[in-house]
Amino acid sequence: MSEYAKDSPIVLPDDPSFGPEVQVDYPGYRSTRWRAPKRPLVSLPEEFHDLAGPVFGAETVEEFDYDLTHGHPGEPLGERIIVSGTLQDEDGRALPGALIEVWQANACGRYHHVVDQHPAPLDPNFSGGGRCLTDAEGRYRFVTIKPGAYPWGNHENAWRPAHIHFSIFGRQFVQRLVTQMYFPGDPLFAYDPIFNSVRDPKSRELLVARFDLDATQPEWALAYEWNIVLGRGGTGTTPTENGR
Amino acid sequence: MTLPRTASQTVGPYYTLGLCRRPENELADPSEPDAVELTGQLSDGEGVPIIDGLIEVWDAVGRRWGRSGTDSEGRFSFVVTKPDALPGQAPRLDVFVFGRGLLRHQLTRIYFPDEGEANGRDPVLSSLDEGDRATLLAEREDGALRFDVRMQGKQATVFFEH
Repeated sequence: MSEYAKDSPIVLPDDPSFGPEVQVDYPGYRSTRWRAPKRPLVSLPEEFHDLAGPVFGAETVEEFDYDLTHGHPGEPLGERIIVSGTLQDEDGRALPGALIEVWQANACGRYHHVVDQHPAPLDPNFSGGGRCLTDAEGRYRFVTIKPGAYPWGNHENAWRPAHIHFSIFGRQFVQRLVTQMYFPGDPLFAYDPIFNSVRDPKSRELLVARFDLDATQPEWALAYEWNIVLGRGGTGTTPTENGR
Repeated sequence: MTLPRTASQTVGPYYTLGLCRRPENELADPSEPDAVELTGQLSDGEGVPIIDGLIEVWDAVGRRWGRSGTDSEGRFSFVVTKPDALPGQAPRLDVFVFGRGLLRHQLTRIYFPDEGEANGRDPVLSSLDEGDRATLLAEREDGALRFDVRMQGKQATVFFEH
């Protein structure tokens, strides 16, 4: 356990003034100490926010990339789930054709990654990565298994609540978002500095999926709904003047 | 109507499972006449290489994008061509830095060393003091471009609001 974590509360009190902004130098998350920028960020001209970002076409995604239970000799162990939702901007506009990538631990809380040495079993039928493009209504859908909680060494007896990592490309370059989706009612929420680095309790709650009985498939899989909202960015005009 | 935005969380140390499933670090075909290798090292406030970082690079004019995870020495590498300039600006690449310990990705820029005049007129670059400006300039090194990213410290890279 580092001095940094020892000197600092693992979790700071709620502070709604942060809104949707994460506290990037959150002291309870030890790795921020030498990595989070210390100097004030420099502001850019307003038109930078209009800069279009990369667009990923249908060729980016293969047929079963949305299904993390697919592509191995057998079925992965664990609780099969469906995770779906909408991708919108702050103005409520759906964002179709957006690339969403996910990655996660297996049902035992172990990542299929050489650095992860948590003594929980690997699952030969689960790699834990997927991707999809949002449809014309900005909807996405993944089939996977519910990931397990796992220890992570940040402080004494530190455990991450179960989560799925999400990476999202919006329309504007500055709409880029990488975040984590959590599961309702996790008892580890109160002890997790990463989750609590979102200090506004309402914004934090928005990282938690909703159990979705309507989307549950009888005799097959439970479902969770998680909606994602990106910043508005600019107008979406590309900067490529002169007919380029 | 304004919907509340979804907050950011770190990519964590295992992002390769989702974000590095195929090589995506060539913004240009290496056989293109102007293609050049762009390499650099990502380091923390103690000068320690960040071995689980991820760099994304965007040429908004040429609409070329790529990303590279950092290796066991904190190094990343790309193949790029120098983008065309936007009107009134110097040519540049827009860069996002992700990593374990970064609760939100950070935004910086790569400007080119052979664009002295355009760099001098660029409204963003010219608004910075000399030391800060230097952190955004790639260097020529053995026919390649070198651009290091320092998260903290005296020579910390300039990061922008986004």
